[in-house]
Amino acid sequence: MTDMGPLIPRNRAIHPVPYDPDYKTSVSRSPNLPLLSMESSPSEETGPTFGHNKLGALDNNLILNWTKGAAPAVGERILMHGRVLDEMGRPVPNTLIEIWQANAGGRYRHKKDSYFAPLDPNFGGCGRTITDENGYYEFLTVRPGAYPWPNRANDWRPMHIHISVYGHSFGQRLITQMYFEGDPLINHCPIAATIKDRSSLDRLVAPLDFSKSRPLDFLAYKFDIVLRGRRQTMFENKLEGM
Amino acid sequence: MVQKLDTLIETASQTAGPYVHIGLMPTYAGNGGYYDEEIATTPFVDESKAKGDVIEIVGSVFDGTGWAMRDALIESWQCDAAGVFPGAEGADPAFTGHCRFAADADTGEFTLRTVKPGSYMGRGGVISAPHISLWVVARGINIGLNTRIYFEDEDNANDPLLNRIEQRPRVETLIAKKTADGIYRFDIRLQGAGETVFLDL
Repeated sequence: MTDMGPLIPRNRAIHPVPYDPDYKTSVSRSPNLPLLSMESSPSEETGPTFGHNKLGALDNNLILNWTKGAAPAVGERILMHGRVLDEMGRPVPNTLIEIWQANAGGRYRHKKDSYFAPLDPNFGGCGRTITDENGYYEFLTVRPGAYPWPNRANDWRPMHIHISVYGHSFGQRLITQMYFEGDPLINHCPIAATIKDRSSLDRLVAPLDFSKSRPLDFLAYKFDIVLRGRRQTMFENKLEGM
Repeated sequence: MVQKLDTLIETASQTAGPYVHIGLMPTYAGNGGYYDEEIATTPFVDESKAKGDVIEIVGSVFDGTGWAMRDALIESWQCDAAGVFPGAEGADPAFTGHCRFAADADTGEFTLRTVKPGSYMGRGGVISAPHISLWVVARGINIGLNTRIYFEDEDNANDPLLNRIEQRPRVETLIAKKTADGIYRFDIRLQGAGETVFLDL
């Protein structure tokens, strides 16, 4: 790692706008002043690591992990899978991915969620895994339901799974959401619409993937994740003191 | 026509939402026991063996109306007391450098217990003053906000990042104030008067 250059500066045009009146909570939670832009330093180019030994055998199986394998969750069984890559197309191996989601009826196991849809006693709604040497990951889960939320008078979230990824440096840290191919609610969602570049939003929509679907068991959706890359040229200065 | 670039485009961020704690801090969210071992609940492997001064940083994350947010989640990353990042050769084995912590659901106040970081030398031999990197996420924050904690009892005069801040009074938004021995205060203001300097590095 010591011979790598700085992180490639973030292209904020492909990210959501921080301030969007249609997503009301963002109005008072978005900075007014410009960010301070600088070349990355060791504080952003290094990052925490996690060993496989911290993970349990069922951590990436949301159908079974809440009951420790005793009883399966209700819902449409799906495999969520894909690769973590960087902007240079290199796989990002051995990095932690965490996900959380509503159950099949659209209800989160969270004390602040009071939607009519009941909790599933066999579903907790979170999971984690570490990418393999090729950057590949898999989760077995149920497809989350859509649900209404207090924003404008009648706003609904499309079906989605929240995803948190570390990468290898703190400056790559990313939280995003995966949407599902064909969900008509995507085009009505003010949170999805905080992303103004349509192709960038399209890249958050996972296609149905029969190549990984297991007959008589589960469907599959593919979701690749791209993290910031590092600039590498023959002209880079080497880091000192690292 | 020109040649095609084969670089990929970064995946877009989306808000962490109101339920981020069930995914990243299940015990805090009331779903304790979900995992055998939760990650980053402390930056210490063994606090009694960690080198350097153990400190606590207390603060709140205020929104643009001055309300201390109850649902903010923060991650920290820092070098050890000698200025070495965990994972690098010679780093303190009792310290991971990484912690997740949340605003209290009743008071909106957070506490980070960690070691005071050392200074380090970066690219081109430039020395950075001791600092802790933070990443703030919550409902309504569409892309995680990066900032840094510096310390009022350190020499910050030649820090390359602080020296890039044009409006000098804004430097103060990145400097933790000592309130007692080993205790510091660091508030984050997302918007408006006293707005924290957020970073794009």
